[in-house]
Amino acid sequence: MSYRHLSPVELDALKEVGNIGLGNAVTSLAQLINRRVNMRVPRSSFLPFEEMIELVGGYEELVGCVSLRVLGDAPGIVLYIFDGESTLHLVDMLMGLPVGTTEELDELAQSAIKEIGNVLTGSFVSAISMMTGLNMITTVPLFAFDMLGAVLTSLMVAAGRVEEQVLVIETELFHEDETLIKGHFFLLTEPGAIDRLMAALGFNEG
Amino acid sequence: MEPAKVGNNPVEIQVGIADYKIGREPARLITLGLGSCVGVSLYDPVLKLGGLLHLMLPDSTQFNNVTKPAKFADLGIPLLIDEMRKNGAHLNRLQAKLVGGAQMFSGLDNKMILNIGQRNVEKARALLKEAGIPILAEEVGGNRGRTMIFDTSNGQVSIRMLGSKLKVI
Repeated sequence: MSYRHLSPVELDALKEVGNIGLGNAVTSLAQLINRRVNMRVPRSSFLPFEEMIELVGGYEELVGCVSLRVLGDAPGIVLYIFDGESTLHLVDMLMGLPVGTTEELDELAQSAIKEIGNVLTGSFVSAISMMTGLNMITTVPLFAFDMLGAVLTSLMVAAGRVEEQVLVIETELFHEDETLIKGHFFLLTEPGAIDRLMAALGFNEG
Repeated sequence: MEPAKVGNNPVEIQVGIADYKIGREPARLITLGLGSCVGVSLYDPVLKLGGLLHLMLPDSTQFNNVTKPAKFADLGIPLLIDEMRKNGAHLNRLQAKLVGGAQMFSGLDNKMILNIGQRNVEKARALLKEAGIPILAEEVGGNRGRTMIFDTSNGQVSIRMLGSKLKVI
């Protein structure tokens, strides 16, 4: 099972959606921590599962993952995955601690990460929703901090979406131009949702 | 885990997600990053022949088009047993070990937390019991991801978790 072939123009449009979504997300994050945050989107593409794992760093790579379900016109799951170090840096940013202070994730740190993930993914989704006019509602976040392979497969299995390609938007956040937060934003849509998204962006359904 | 002996060059065979592989001594069968998925190893200690399956879901009958049978416990375990027998293993000598079946996520969204890990483990146990294959050891449940390394020279299974010491069962 895979998506119909998307043209380069359509992929560009999706990348632009990703840019706007992340821009919105970063604005929310900057307001939350009351600091300046810069961003880049080095890449966005549709990838099969195996390549998605490779892109983020391998099956046993330590990652933090926040995931939400999207309900409404374009249902699916969004997830934001940060590498292990970036996850700890994010906690420091939210708590207003010097970067490098947090070394492990206690309850408080986990809820901080969930909150950041919630803000980032929520504003990402609402930007897409506003841009396309599609009704998209997000649920409460789930969090995991462990091996990438274990986290991703469990999530995809739980969502019943295993064999499909996934929209991946690689993101880099810079906290006051020094600390790099490397993350990947994933959108796993249910069948038809991408078509609806493209149609809402003005492309004919093919 | 004992270090590999000199002159005994263990071959590492990677078992992908929703896949299974067979190997003979001195091969080591490895599957990475088991979360809610379950790794099932079968071993014939006389032939020193092993098989490893990485399954994702308990039951294929809930799905319309099954492209990868090894994804499901109910199809994958019989396939693995068949493959072992084709390679000369005796059913009454086979021993199983189970790894994985964790609950990786914490949160309040119940629809996403269906305890698939636990259901995978229960289904695997039931199928092995039906086939008359004893389960010698398990490392299942919890909330940690696991890498499973199965040594066909002695049947030992090593489990790697992030930030923990290697565990051998």
